[in-house]
Amino acid sequence: MKLSRKWLNEFVDLPLDEVDDRSFAEAMTVSGSKVEVTEDLSQGIRNVRVGKVLSMEKHPDSDHMFVTQIDVGAEKPVQIVTGAWNVHVGDLVPAALDGALLPTGAEIHSGKLRGVLSDGMLCSLKELELTTHDYAYGEIHAAAILGDYHPLDKDKPSISADIKAGDKIYGPVKAAKVLRVEAAEDGWKATLDVGGQESVTLSRCDNLHEGDLIAYDTKKDHICELEDLHAQQAEFPHCIPDGIFILHEDVKPGDDIAALIGRDDHVVEFEITPNRPDCLCMIGLAREAAVTFDKALKLHTPVVEAKAGGNINDLTKIVVEEPQLCRRYTARMVRNVKIAPSPAWMRERIRNAGMRPINNLVDITNYVMLEYGQPMHAFDFGCVDNGEIHVRLAREGEVIRTLDGTERKLNTSMLCICDTDKPVGVAGVMGGENSEIVGDTAMVLFESANFDGVSIRRTATALGMRTDASSRYEKGLDPENTYRAVQRACELVEMLGAGEVVEGVIDVYPAGKQETVLALEPQKINALLGTDIDTATMAEILRKLGFTVEGETVHVPSWRADVEHYSDLAEEVARFYGYNEIPIQFTGAISTCGGFTPEQLCERRIGEICRGLGMDEIITYSFISPSYYDKICLSADSPLRDSLKILNPLGEDTSIMRTTILPSMLEILTRNYNYRNKAAALYEIGRTYHKRPDGLADEPKTVSLGAYGPEMNFFVLKGWVEELLQGLGIENPRFRQQTGDPSYHPGRCATLWVGDACIGTLGQIHPRVMRNYSVDAEFYCAQISFEELFRLQGGTPVFKPLPRFPAVTRDIAVICDLRIPVGEMQDVIRKAGGEYLTDCRVFDVYTGHHIVEGKKSVAFSLTMRAEDQTLTDEHAEAIVQSVLAALREKYGAEMR
Amino acid sequence: MREMMQMLREAAMRAILETEDVESLEALRVRYLGKKGELTGILRQMGKLSAEERPQMGQLANQLRSEIEDTIELRRKALNEARLEMKLLQETVDVTLPGEKKDLGHKHPMYNVLDQIKDIFIGMGFEIVDGPEVELADYNFTKLNIDEGHPSREWTDTFYFTEDSKILLRTQTSPMQIHAMETKELPIRMIAPGRVYRKDEVDATHSPMFHQIEGMVIDKGVTMSDLKATLNLVVEKIYGKGTVTRFRPHHFPFTEPSCEMDIQCHKCGGKGCPTCKGEGWIEVLGAGMVHPKVLAGCGIDPDVYSGWAFGMGLERLAMGEYKITDLRLIFENDVRFLEQF
Repeated sequence: MKLSRKWLNEFVDLPLDEVDDRSFAEAMTVSGSKVEVTEDLSQGIRNVRVGKVLSMEKHPDSDHMFVTQIDVGAEKPVQIVTGAWNVHVGDLVPAALDGALLPTGAEIHSGKLRGVLSDGMLCSLKELELTTHDYAYGEIHAAAILGDYHPLDKDKPSISADIKAGDKIYGPVKAAKVLRVEAAEDGWKATLDVGGQESVTLSRCDNLHEGDLIAYDTKKDHICELEDLHAQQAEFPHCIPDGIFILHEDVKPGDDIAALIGRDDHVVEFEITPNRPDCLCMIGLAREAAVTFDKALKLHTPVVEAKAGGNINDLTKIVVEEPQLCRRYTARMVRNVKIAPSPAWMRERIRNAGMRPINNLVDITNYVMLEYGQPMHAFDFGCVDNGEIHVRLAREGEVIRTLDGTERKLNTSMLCICDTDKPVGVAGVMGGENSEIVGDTAMVLFESANFDGVSIRRTATALGMRTDASSRYEKGLDPENTYRAVQRACELVEMLGAGEVVEGVIDVYPAGKQETVLALEPQKINALLGTDIDTATMAEILRKLGFTVEGETVHVPSWRADVEHYSDLAEEVARFYGYNEIPIQFTGAISTCGGFTPEQLCERRIGEICRGLGMDEIITYSFISPSYYDKICLSADSPLRDSLKILNPLGEDTSIMRTTILPSMLEILTRNYNYRNKAAALYEIGRTYHKRPDGLADEPKTVSLGAYGPEMNFFVLKGWVEELLQGLGIENPRFRQQTGDPSYHPGRCATLWVGDACIGTLGQIHPRVMRNYSVDAEFYCAQISFEELFRLQGGTPVFKPLPRFPAVTRDIAVICDLRIPVGEMQDVIRKAGGEYLTDCRVFDVYTGHHIVEGKKSVAFSLTMRAEDQTLTDEHAEAIVQSVLAALREKYGAEMR
Repeated sequence: MREMMQMLREAAMRAILETEDVESLEALRVRYLGKKGELTGILRQMGKLSAEERPQMGQLANQLRSEIEDTIELRRKALNEARLEMKLLQETVDVTLPGEKKDLGHKHPMYNVLDQIKDIFIGMGFEIVDGPEVELADYNFTKLNIDEGHPSREWTDTFYFTEDSKILLRTQTSPMQIHAMETKELPIRMIAPGRVYRKDEVDATHSPMFHQIEGMVIDKGVTMSDLKATLNLVVEKIYGKGTVTRFRPHHFPFTEPSCEMDIQCHKCGGKGCPTCKGEGWIEVLGAGMVHPKVLAGCGIDPDVYSGWAFGMGLERLAMGEYKITDLRLIFENDVRFLEQF
């Protein structure tokens, strides 16, 4: 919502020199109307003055420029060179002087144009960021000046270069010389020489000057424009419908253009919260400003004379068929409408509020919307069949072409304004083209209605057209406002002479006024705020805001539908007592202990270990594409494919909730690989989502590890997993070869077991999967259930006495079948070694030279120690022998 | 004989001082003082001397012996010292060469910030709770006083799993307020960080998945005064002591009164600069008193208990903390990004 400070002064006395933008913004923001930005419009324009054209001469070195002398109210005139042809001596024009700044951002400096000094620039509407909607009279028409003719084909000119007055161009069109040009009403009076014969004609063309040769249609008495000659713009490059903005205003040379075009204003843009639609207008914000600055709010009650005769009730009938969706429909009629530009003050206010002026009638509806916050619609009553208005839902298959020229298919949930036969408007969104006011119209109906916000929002969204009206309606407006607004519109119609208002108001308001009444409970309000505000102060604040306070009863004003509870009253009181005046103080003793839960501590510990191992933490999206399951080669019947599906996803890529965290890790590894990062080691503790019978999800967490790079291989990854388990105090993990996981390399994949539970998978990603990711590298990943890690994690360690007797080590090497897992051999060794065997490490696995094919040599280092004595060689030898015997018996392994 | 000894002395001294290593020094000791050494050789001729001369010569010889021994010892020390010096010189390294590092991993920058916040709240007696992301509309909206027609419920804004719009991806962490009020014993002091989802296309400031931190206190006699005091303290912990704050009215359906909390721009000190978009203030969080209707809906008597709650966006906080300019970097997980924190 944009607020013009100039306009605001009509309601609250807050002149800019008294309250500057910064203090205004600060005060409004802390009282609840958040200011986004403040713009001093005058900063966008500098040193542009009203100038009067004293003389103009052809530029000595240019066939299309003029050298003008401009009176800008200074002692001496200023010389300005212009290329525009619509300027005449005596015209008042906007002159950007040396050092000027234009709203477009352009800066103007003195300079030479083809050798002639120009001390500024004459401005067009566009250069002032205006259009002909702002100044309809600024529209420019151009005659085809024959001197500007440039044939498209040099060899075949349509008009000969030596043409002279009186020569025929085609049919009744002859060349003529302009002898004189004088201003006339709505155009120009030109005296022409049509080959010795003088002729006086009226023309709307703005680019005629004495001496010009033009094309004159002798039959129609008309000076030809380009389209009359079927000429292209390129043939008359300087005869364009553009040029300098010639001012028809009550101004004098030297006046500041900024003030003239309403740029002497400051515009404040507010972010209005959705609960306060009453602040989406001047009066609403003025009320807030008045209370904020403790000033009087000056409101005006519209007065309508209604002298047109007749009564609306005899002319039309309004039927609201959906009272739930249309709580109130208020209408008035205007006869003999005269479409014209609205006055400058209205255009200026509309423009500074961020809208475009169109014409008096449209501008009045927009003006009232900006002033009262009540959207209005005006439609041509002549187009309403049988003179009846029905507010009803659209019927199956109905269509309407809206004012923007688009054909809209309606559905049966959309509220429409209809005659007895067809829709003439989409309620609260946009009118129909079939009832658009195009020119002067005999009869116009002003609609000021209250529609259901949700219904309007859904209709606007479904039709893809959020308008100024619908965006107000969707927040839920005050039904009490419709009457005031239609009265104001009719008052403006009379004030602007835009038509004659018909007597009577039709006001369909089935449910009537609903009032919210609350109890004023100061002790409850103070208890909520932590304040000690007295009742009188509370009542005073509420009264200023338009509440009626009678004893302990508060009547909520109709525009404050958001206030329905004592806590809402507390907010009103707090806003103007000052949020920042509420004391800062702890009110109670802290009676809770707080802290991390065991799960949270475990999660933190896992993070610490992973980082200690050199892995970086990542955060990935919880949703993935269903195609990711194919990418990781999940079997077609895998239960993991049964994902929760988002019915309205942003796109395929984020359409289902992941049941496995692996694709997320692969995607990030791939991205890093594609970014040419040489190595990456990553971890994430993330959720997966699994359907539950009640429709919700189980959301267990998984510890996901992933890496690639020159240092990576299966055993590095396995080492990380082992460290992780050790760090969590989980003892005796076992790794089983896993050949059947389609995502992993069948020869380099293991499942992780603790006790009877399989708690994870780790390994190299299957080359087939890598192909799906178009990556020519080896990725290593592990996924371990967080819940299991948490369940299995060890408790507080118990101290073991340090060894008092030395250890004995013995290395053994055995030859055994290649396929025997070394891990299992270690289990056998530990068992056979008995209590003195404290450690068994693998230090070499060898195949090849000197080893029979299909066999391998495995070397173990055994550490033996007793807690009560120094072990002797005999002890050690006995242990080694029993280990060898066990290996021989179990695997047929022989000492090497 | 005296001359012989004199000659021996001179030769020995010269040889010792000229020796350049400890090994030849030992050889010299043997040569001059050994059993078959030159001094012994001279002493063997003592028999030829008279009885008066013998003790004199003997004394002289002993003097000479200890003199040579001392000189050798001195020389040995000097040589050892020199050898050590040489060794140290040889062992000198270029300390500017890089160290051998075992790279530590890095916590994700956003979780750095989150952990900092968790620690602050834990210090104030809060617990941390976790809850479902696949959520009932009842918890995400209805029980939070967000009515049926509210725009945030639209399918254009919220991700749904069921046609009847009853199951969705939570759009805020606020449903954790309801879960906590329904399941926890009073009083409650909790924060609930987590993932939330909204139908926003990815760009420099938007992501369909992002993180919020919810916080709530329910106790007897809790007021807005308490809310301000607590959040001021939190903000001081995050942004530094003396951080200036302000509270301004705002609107959330589940708190009343509601507010937003701003901190004075640390870059310009409130004068207005590009960092604060000229406002002088930077918004940090939304908060308010838990709506009595919400309390009652969770079976808590609003006449006995009151509470306050807040919610803040984690991404924006992290981006501010580390001056990260594009939200996409956070979910891109490029190691060149992650390793900066």
